Amino acid sequence: MDWITTVDHKKIAILYLLAGGLFFGIGGFEAILIRIQLIKPMNTFLDAQTFNELITMHGTTMIFLGVMPVIFALMNAVIPLQIGARDVAFPFLNALGFWTFLFGGILLNLSWVMGGAPDAGWTAYTPLSTSTYSTTHGVDFYTIGLQIAGLGTLIGGINFLATIITMRAPGMSFMRMPMFAWTTFITSAIILFAFPAITVGLVLLTFDRIIGANFFEVGAGGNPILWQHIFWIFGHPEVYILILPAFGIISEVIPTFARKRLFGYSSMVFATILIAFLGFMVWAHHMFTTGLGPVANALFSVSTMLIAVPTGIKIFNWLLTMWGGQVRFTTPNLFAVGFIPTFTMGGVTGVMLASAPADFQFHDTYFVVAHFHYVIVGGLVLGLFAGLHYWWPKMFGRMLSEKLGKWTFWTFILGFHLTFFVQHFLGLMGMQRRVFTYLPNQHFDVLNLVSTIGAFLMGVGMIIFLTNIVLTFRKPADAAADPWEDGRTLEWSIPSPPPEYNFKQTPLVRGIDAFWKEKTAGHTGMTPAEPVGSIHMPSATILPFLMSVGIFIAGLGFMFSRDEFKSDFVGFMFNHYLVTAIGLLITFGSMLMRSLFDDQGWHIEPEELEGEQI
Amino acid sequence: MMKTWQAVKRLLPMTAIFGLILAGCGREDLSVLRPQGPAAETSLGLMKLSITIMVVVLLIVFSIAAYVIIRFRRKPGQQEIPKQVEGNFKLEVLWTVIPLILVVVLAIPTVKAVFAAGNDHANDKNAIKVKVTGHQFWWEFEYTDYGVKTAQDLVIPKGKDIAFELTTADVLHSFWVPSLSGKIDTNPAGTINRFSFSAPNEGVYRGKCAELCGPSHGLMEFKVKSVSEDAFNQWIASMKSPVAVLPEDPELAKTFKNQCLKCHAVGDQGLAVGPNLTGIGSREAIAGILLNDDTGVDGAPIEENLKTWLHDPQSVKPGNLMPNPKDLGLSDAEIDGIAAYLANYKLD
Repeated sequence: MDWITTVDHKKIAILYLLAGGLFFGIGGFEAILIRIQLIKPMNTFLDAQTFNELITMHGTTMIFLGVMPVIFALMNAVIPLQIGARDVAFPFLNALGFWTFLFGGILLNLSWVMGGAPDAGWTAYTPLSTSTYSTTHGVDFYTIGLQIAGLGTLIGGINFLATIITMRAPGMSFMRMPMFAWTTFITSAIILFAFPAITVGLVLLTFDRIIGANFFEVGAGGNPILWQHIFWIFGHPEVYILILPAFGIISEVIPTFARKRLFGYSSMVFATILIAFLGFMVWAHHMFTTGLGPVANALFSVSTMLIAVPTGIKIFNWLLTMWGGQVRFTTPNLFAVGFIPTFTMGGVTGVMLASAPADFQFHDTYFVVAHFHYVIVGGLVLGLFAGLHYWWPKMFGRMLSEKLGKWTFWTFILGFHLTFFVQHFLGLMGMQRRVFTYLPNQHFDVLNLVSTIGAFLMGVGMIIFLTNIVLTFRKPADAAADPWEDGRTLEWSIPSPPPEYNFKQTPLVRGIDAFWKEKTAGHTGMTPAEPVGSIHMPSATILPFLMSVGIFIAGLGFMFSRDEFKSDFVGFMFNHYLVTAIGLLITFGSMLMRSLFDDQGWHIEPEELEGEQI
Repeated sequence: MMKTWQAVKRLLPMTAIFGLILAGCGREDLSVLRPQGPAAETSLGLMKLSITIMVVVLLIVFSIAAYVIIRFRRKPGQQEIPKQVEGNFKLEVLWTVIPLILVVVLAIPTVKAVFAAGNDHANDKNAIKVKVTGHQFWWEFEYTDYGVKTAQDLVIPKGKDIAFELTTADVLHSFWVPSLSGKIDTNPAGTINRFSFSAPNEGVYRGKCAELCGPSHGLMEFKVKSVSEDAFNQWIASMKSPVAVLPEDPELAKTFKNQCLKCHAVGDQGLAVGPNLTGIGSREAIAGILLNDDTGVDGAPIEENLKTWLHDPQSVKPGNLMPNPKDLGLSDAEIDGIAAYLANYKLD
């Protein structure tokens, strides 16, 4: 009950981590099935339809339900602490964001047991995703599930924007903000602009499929290319929503374990902003072969290549951060250092893809599969591993085992390169992506086998990581406030895990790497910016959970509104939109409750604070 | 730790080279790395340029990384705080300007090639005009100047520019012959694409569909046969002349006409809703994927392939629109008879 009603950002972080971990596991399992099917030519392990459902769900799950929540988990766990705040700006909304994400994700995955998963690829290109060619409810689960989950992401993004703009500790100007806070800020801004685009697209596609609209239906004058534009106007910035937080994590981990401040801080900030800006300008590089014509292709080629410049700045700044430092190879830093060459490899293939006439060959082949897995797994997932190992003691008060952590790193990164490096060559040798099988004697066999073996090795790495977590929880929670000893930012100045109110007294920030600055000045803690006083806390509430349940029911009701049911009663309920109405009633009723009953929250009094050892 | 890390660093390029040797860069009739025509050569040229630039970048990043990791490890007992460096304006400008220059170096030939690829030969009198239509899960080729329609095997005269006009009858597909040219999508009417390639050498090249189009997307293959100009003209002539096409056995001919020709066409008979079967005995494959090969190395004899297909089309290509002949009331003997007839239905 405590967990369903919580509005504490630290607990919501753990909820995000659990849910994200669950979906990540599902997505990973789907990946293993895909790789087993492709282990040899003309394999019959899976049939074509199931394979297409698996690739669709693997992509969709990993992007929307696997890595995004883990990013949100780290943001929730760390951002208020890093900027010296007691919570996020809107704790109620924070909980709402989590629950809508979770119920959207559950809805999407229900498709496996409720008559067919989506099968049109994670990009859901029309007309394949229209009801003419995708006749199960699969794509409905996709459109409605993602709308609900996307709501959560949008809410989260807006919340972080408000938090970072308004709740920084005294003295923390924007240019003294830690890099992870910066990338979270920019990521949230991208979410704010990109997610409405996909939501519009999903609504239009839902209308096409469920109430017979004709936005994309060719026979009735709809335009399928429109979907591609809408999708990629969201879809390309999405890549930066994913990778920028990883950049932020790397920018935190490397300075800590090099014992040096981040090299070129201001250029890092501007590179981040520039990447976000350019990220919105290049969506059509996913559409070079759609036939947009040479002018569009040339413009999008060149603008895409430009992204390499700010990204390159970041790579060299990280390397120079280590230069002259005292680099310690703890598990988080292993992942961070492993990230640099791996992500660079993904970056350079990105530049190669940007050249449109070369992309005519790369597009929709395993070369592309290799490229974006280098970016998303070799970049983002390695970054998340670094971040999780780094902040684990802060989140849970326990250090993960270094020995198992190192095993995780080596098995995972070796498995990763084994899986995806060879896929570049598969693509160049003529293997297109999203194929459920391939003919023998095309020189694809050996490389596919190697790739599958690598995938299993990555799976082993994940299992070692899970083992590490389980073993760690059997140990007492005794991590130090600054367990890595060289913590630089504010979160390391408070106990692990932090008390409910984070900071007894809001700290005074006197420069970049605020805590490090105090430590080098010979202080043991931060200088407070305020006297000890009564701390206002938000009340726990079940309303966000109920609102999400309502939307979930409404979504299911809408989706099945045109179906025929055996039972007349059930049919009546669905066909007259009564189920939808009940769901919406729950949601709007909860909103009304929230508006009518004013909740002032509660206070922690100074006497209680004094009683604790801080 | 360090040693293992270095070992990985050394292993990476080795795996790369090993991978390449292992693969031998792929088949000549399929691999992007072994181009057989000018369009594919342009693409490969740009790839070579970009990969050279990128490998140089990678080498620089890897060597700095390796140096930093080895040189600046924290030694036991090292306690003094390293100098906190804010940044270095000159260095940062340096690694902004150098990538910019590299981008320009790559951007110029890219833009040139983009505009060259935009030249579609649609108004070129010497080009062979072919209308390509993608279907779930087969390809239709119409030679508009000759009034010839065929399926799955695209026959072209060597060295001539082929001007394609591409569209789809259902969902999006993507027309791709890796060794001859990059791919282009087939969009529904209203957003028709045009492009062009040529094959200077005679040969058979493997083509694929590169856009997810349903269950059998991975099996939607086709062949491009580049032949001499004479052979091409002869092929066109025999496709046009209505040769005797029906099975010799009148009973079988009746069944074939009543059942098969409702969707298929042979010569001037039947409807061409499904793939046109004229001269199917001369094709490279059945259903695009059952390769016709009498030696049995890379497939099976054509009659055997036809039997495989006709006895259960769904198991060969899941989700295709061909009804199972058995469901149409054909007996096993009739199916085998039609397979034998089609296998021998060759063009002169």
